[in-house]
Amino acid sequence: MAMTLDVNGKPLAVKAAPDTPLLWVLRDELQLTGTKYGCGVAQCGACTVMVDGQAVRSCVTPIEAVAASKITTIEGLGGQHPLQQAWVKHDVPQCGYCQSGQIMSAAALLGANAKPTDADIDAAMDGNICRCGTYQRVRAAIKDAAAMPAPAAAPAAAPAKA
Amino acid sequence: MNAPVNKKAIAGATRRDVVIGASLVGGALVVGACSPGDLLSIGAKEDFGAFGPFIKIAPDGVVTVVSKHIEFGQGNHAGLAAIVAEELDADWSKVRVEQAPAIAKVYANTGMGVQGTGGSSAISNSWDQLRKAGASARAMFVEAAANKWSVPAGEIAVKDGVLTHASGKSAGFGELVADAAKATPPATPTLKDPKTFTLIGTDRVRRKDAQAKSDGTAKFTQDVQLPNMLIAMVAHAPKFGAKVASFDAAEAKKVPGVVEVYQIPSGVAVVAETTWAAKQGREALKVTWNEDEAEKRSSDAILARYKELASGKAQPADKEKWQAFESKGDIATVKGEAFEAAYDFPFLAHATMEPMNCVAQAGGGKAKLTFGSQIPTIDQLNTAKIVGMLPGAVEIETLFAGGSFGRRANFQSDYVAECVEIAKKVGKDRPVKLVWTREDDMAAGYFRPIAHHTVRVTLDKDGYPASWRQRVVTQTLMKGSPMGQPKLDETAVEGTLGSPYLKATPIVDAQLIQPDSGVPVLWWRSVGATHTAYVMEHTIDQLAKKAGKDPVEYRRALYTKAGANRHLAVLNLAAEKAGWTTPAPAGWTRGVAVHESFGSVVAQIAEVKLDGGVPKVGRVVTAIDCGTAISPDQIASQMEGGTCYGLSAAMFGQITLKDGVVEQGNFDSYRVLRNSEAPTVETYIVASGNAPSGVGEPGTPVIGPAVANALLTLTGQPTLSQPFVKA
Repeated sequence: MAMTLDVNGKPLAVKAAPDTPLLWVLRDELQLTGTKYGCGVAQCGACTVMVDGQAVRSCVTPIEAVAASKITTIEGLGGQHPLQQAWVKHDVPQCGYCQSGQIMSAAALLGANAKPTDADIDAAMDGNICRCGTYQRVRAAIKDAAAMPAPAAAPAAAPAKA
Repeated sequence: MNAPVNKKAIAGATRRDVVIGASLVGGALVVGACSPGDLLSIGAKEDFGAFGPFIKIAPDGVVTVVSKHIEFGQGNHAGLAAIVAEELDADWSKVRVEQAPAIAKVYANTGMGVQGTGGSSAISNSWDQLRKAGASARAMFVEAAANKWSVPAGEIAVKDGVLTHASGKSAGFGELVADAAKATPPATPTLKDPKTFTLIGTDRVRRKDAQAKSDGTAKFTQDVQLPNMLIAMVAHAPKFGAKVASFDAAEAKKVPGVVEVYQIPSGVAVVAETTWAAKQGREALKVTWNEDEAEKRSSDAILARYKELASGKAQPADKEKWQAFESKGDIATVKGEAFEAAYDFPFLAHATMEPMNCVAQAGGGKAKLTFGSQIPTIDQLNTAKIVGMLPGAVEIETLFAGGSFGRRANFQSDYVAECVEIAKKVGKDRPVKLVWTREDDMAAGYFRPIAHHTVRVTLDKDGYPASWRQRVVTQTLMKGSPMGQPKLDETAVEGTLGSPYLKATPIVDAQLIQPDSGVPVLWWRSVGATHTAYVMEHTIDQLAKKAGKDPVEYRRALYTKAGANRHLAVLNLAAEKAGWTTPAPAGWTRGVAVHESFGSVVAQIAEVKLDGGVPKVGRVVTAIDCGTAISPDQIASQMEGGTCYGLSAAMFGQITLKDGVVEQGNFDSYRVLRNSEAPTVETYIVASGNAPSGVGEPGTPVIGPAVANALLTLTGQPTLSQPFVKA
């Protein structure tokens, strides 16, 4: 049974079964491979995408749960989002594998809270593991991005899902 | 992988590296009069341009540096490119990096004799090679311009990819590349005086992959999509050494998308059209295992035997033997009161963010691997054995890898061989992507082995060590080397071996024993130093306390006695920057540790407090002597990351086995450091004119003892086992 997902502002038809995790549909079927598999059980955050502006672990989110939602992946940020600029400026990535998830969690944070405190960053970013240990640069880049002018094409932070 | 423990060793191939290179040849091919690299490259396609295997220059002036080393976080691609760009006088903004193919003959690690990344050696082994390559290409451009302009070569200047002459003539690399390609490379290119470096050592040397790794376009093995590609998952035995007894694939084959099920040496493989189908297919598979030859012990039982061996309660088995190292003087003459301590370290998983995976194609007399290959030559060799072809003809396209920390380098190429076995079954050159889940990865072994140390030290009248007895019990990492076990497995004792504290001690009796087990073990970022640094540094603070001396002053005296000037320099720099002689901020307690590994010396001073009984680490001042600093920013990055990796293990890391079964599966049971638990690391680099030494690993082993030493000051108690926070 075909389903249509709204991914990065485009309606995309998918063939996968409704209970298939969004992660594997994005990666295997829609070829949006910026979103990574890291744990499969919402422990590491590498698969983080935004669903209606909120950070969601796509590895445990069946596509039937997001059929009516706006999904934003790392590809949807466009490459020059203030967070992405800050990430490059601070040379945050090392191996880079977790960084899509880090940036999507940070994007959801800034979407809801333009000037996060350290405690806000802790709460938003503790779900994203980085084994290379880029944590202090992640924090610095988020603070830097928060100080930049708001992006014209940033995904709007929608109200929390009902 | 491991690396030299001292300066002498870093200058050339280490004995262990030579063993690796020689063993590949000895194990696989007839040893001839040529190098391992030559032999292992038979069948390889070699097609390089005028500037050699490391440099390509395009008509638009873009310089591409070909990296023989994989980039999995270390920042080596930035450093390698900077070495070339410096000698070439290239425009850094027009320098790109691409990954070399697998050809041991030209891309061998000069310290290993085979193509591979490890031992924090990417920069150090490339230093001379890439300086010469860059200088040679520069000379070719100068010759081309001199001919074209009819001016003496000595009057031509090169800066930022542009050649100029006082007459006003000027041309960029792009305009001159066709002529330069026809010039004769100099036999001995003239290298720059390091005092004239304009790029190396500056903050302009930044990562070339930060954008791709921030916008999702950086390509990892996980992301490979090829026409007609199948996805494979493998059911592995729950115990190490168990074999497939029988299996029933009927239900697995009913899962939509599942294509076939195969028995392979490492288990039962389900191949499917999608990852999700492969996973569901594997869940529907029924396998029974023959555990006759499986390792059935618990990790507690393994450690208990190590303790009995060290204490003398148990006698070594037939194949086990105590081996002395660093020993001198007569320990039997030692009398009087002694300080004694025993330390325990658990199995550790590398737990890279990208679980192990590989893409392989086999059939029609060809084999191709597309993945993050850490030791391409070994991966070629193990693939060649399976498919029956020359190792050099196995094509490898190396991608970014989502971390390794040593995991992707082992003598068996475990997950690579598994993928090749499946691709061989599938055949017809059809691509197969092997995907391991986090649980597969966690349970697959290749752990940092359990280690147990005992230390017994007597002090002289001034409070410094008069005698030092140490016993080390840990499994060897060298099993599977086709040349057999080295005389002394340095990977087990490096850091105790070569310690300035032992040098400063008149009587030393240090011995190693290495019981075997069925659990595969492996180098884990900083290797032997993961336990030796802790034992040496935490012991020293306990001795200083016993002697009533300040731990920094105590170290200074010992380093002075040992002539360990680099240790002294990093210690002094860290102490100055941390304000060691001033009170720590309210609520915080400082701890210090210093350790040399991979040719570099690192000192750290950590500020620590207890938060609900759990250590919290705040500011960490780091000083490093890594020889010539090519990219100060990436050195800092590695100190930050290495500190987090070491702290994660010291605080939380532990793999346990219950009756042979790994008890951890995912990050809910294998706890790792998270953002709010990460310290803020400040890095200071000692100015040095020496050749570059390691950076990727030396930042890892120092934080554990620095924190333990702060806790010793705070609580008065030593911390004798890791992890600090028990599950």
